[in-house]
Amino acid sequence: MIRARVMISGDPVSMSLGADEIKLAIEAELAFYGLEDEVQVGFVGQLGRLDVLPAVVVYPEGTLYGPLRLEDVPHLVEEHLYKGRIAESLLAPPNVLSGVIARLPAREGLLRGQERVVLRRAGIIEPTDIEEYIAYDGYFALGKALSEMSPAEVLQTIKDSKLQGRGGAGFPTGLKWSFVAGQQADKKYIVCNADESEPGTFKDRLILEGDPHAVLEGMALAGYAVGADEGWIYVRGEYGLAKERLLTAIQQAEAMGLLGDNIMDSGFSFHIHLHSGAGAYVCGEETALLESLEGKRGIPRVRPPYPTVVGFRGQPTVINNVETLANVAPIILRSAAWFKSLGTERSPGTKVYTMLGDVNITGLIEVPMGITLREVIAAYGGGMRDDVPFKCAQTGGSAGSIIAPELLDVPMDYATMREHGASLGSGALLICNVNKCIVDIAYVVMRFFETESCGKCTPCRIGTLRMSELLNRLRHGQASLEDVSMLEEMAQAVAKTSFCGLGQGAPVSILTALRSFREEFEAHAQGSCPTGVCPMKTEPPEVIVRRGYL
Amino acid sequence: MNEESIKQIAEVVARYGANQESLVEILSDLNAQFGYLTQETIVEVARRLNLPQSHVFSVATFYSMLNVGPTGKHVIKMCEDAPCHLRGGQEVWQALQDALGIKFGETTPDGQWTLQATSCLGLCAVGPVVVVDDEVIGHVTAERIPEILARYRDEPSGGAA
Repeated sequence: MIRARVMISGDPVSMSLGADEIKLAIEAELAFYGLEDEVQVGFVGQLGRLDVLPAVVVYPEGTLYGPLRLEDVPHLVEEHLYKGRIAESLLAPPNVLSGVIARLPAREGLLRGQERVVLRRAGIIEPTDIEEYIAYDGYFALGKALSEMSPAEVLQTIKDSKLQGRGGAGFPTGLKWSFVAGQQADKKYIVCNADESEPGTFKDRLILEGDPHAVLEGMALAGYAVGADEGWIYVRGEYGLAKERLLTAIQQAEAMGLLGDNIMDSGFSFHIHLHSGAGAYVCGEETALLESLEGKRGIPRVRPPYPTVVGFRGQPTVINNVETLANVAPIILRSAAWFKSLGTERSPGTKVYTMLGDVNITGLIEVPMGITLREVIAAYGGGMRDDVPFKCAQTGGSAGSIIAPELLDVPMDYATMREHGASLGSGALLICNVNKCIVDIAYVVMRFFETESCGKCTPCRIGTLRMSELLNRLRHGQASLEDVSMLEEMAQAVAKTSFCGLGQGAPVSILTALRSFREEFEAHAQGSCPTGVCPMKTEPPEVIVRRGYL
Repeated sequence: MNEESIKQIAEVVARYGANQESLVEILSDLNAQFGYLTQETIVEVARRLNLPQSHVFSVATFYSMLNVGPTGKHVIKMCEDAPCHLRGGQEVWQALQDALGIKFGETTPDGQWTLQATSCLGLCAVGPVVVVDDEVIGHVTAERIPEILARYRDEPSGGAA
């Protein structure tokens, strides 16, 4: 009989820190005490605590140990699993938030609902075992939809839930689905955008690694709602483990008749295929993704026609982000009203973020929409590291912006952030303290875009290069006040005239940074870096153009 | 092109299907097997998929994980985007270039090392991160670079196996 389960963090970070050896050592120790039949050992997906990796969770108690060294294993097994008491010295530093969303007593009533939605199972189930997913209500929503609901009802439920796309833009998911549902076509497709490449964002990877079936179930439900029988997952080439977990999940679901032909004898068929990218940020743009899926260079297409009309292989296609799809099954299972009880009126539900930078605890968090940045830092980040005051947060990649201290108390949801001229971005929260230089951050962000621009349109291809050059000169004290004005002008021009979302989003960080930290840019132009980060008064290095086609 | 290579290409093409949609994945696998995509490989893939060679070449040069030129015995990849940059990534970046005497995107004249810039690997929690061949090394500092390089200097290749 199994009386305990030992789950070892199996994410790439833990693997690089020796999680494999720890697993072997635990098994060896268990065998030493003759406990191998009583204690099950396995890997688990993301635990949401990046500060304690490699970590081990012992169930049923849910005790979290970490960061664990190989030599800690004998003590852990002897104390907890043999003698049955907690190995105090190895416990992870306390964090009240494992498995639940932070309770914010002061705002109880405004932010109701304390449960995780997307990450409900991540860190609890063994992601390579479909039975564990099923034991946690897995595929119940699909069963419910196929047996009790018509496609139109599924669509209406998602519409009623006001679920918005979690890739960054926040487009209403139900509306997108209805565009495809309304098309007359022989063939329609559901595409899952798992080409997550925004610097600092890896929430989708952790969802796929920790709970791959949740995404598959969401895709099947989307297929049922819009009348598609085929789904494609475009996974970023670098995400090897996520790909492996998805392949296993697809095979297991097909073997059990939960995917494939005639699912649960309902007459509905849905097949899911996996397609791996090969390293190109622009492929996260939905039309570039479709090009790549069709075996071409990932260059964005003209829109309209939108993919909902002319998409993959020229057919109507729903393209949703991983996190969006992971929200679908819980909504169908619980109800639109339940979902709307989470988050805010205009942006219901939760949002998954990866929090990084100058806070005490970095990691994966799921918070209700509408939480403020101040609350996130206090409740999840454990405050600013070494109590150095907050300067700004970067919300991740193209869709993101620089969030200044004056926005610390603004509810973080799509609409409210937009009203304040900022955006929620892809799900990264890079927290910076006052020792970080804004020009330096802006330069690094722009250098990223300069490298990743696909080269199709001139504003983005040339504009990102010129802006990154100018920012680099500013870092070296080789730019004038006029240059700062020119930077702003250029940023606006690139934002307005670029062909796709990549170019339009590239200058957002500069524009938002200029709004709040203009004097810091000007100080650089006058020859000093207030934080002392920048290599002022030296010649900027020769610009290396990393593209051959300029 | 030797028979063994042609056989390997045939196997990869068979695995994904001889159609254009599989091109990116076919090239990825071949890149992993051969280390980089030679002109002969590109011509052979084009022939088998019935695609213009120019198309295959244009795809091969678009994606950052595909190489059309030879790489060193060891490939060092590093992302120096904002999260790692703010944790000292720039010093590591510089230290790598200084230690090997090459810039990112280049290969040492002795064919031992290639430095490649990569986009965010999603391992920012332990940044700065350096990937040597397929091994991920986190919390890298400029001071650790000589020790890390020494570890691989006498080892057989791990990446292009």
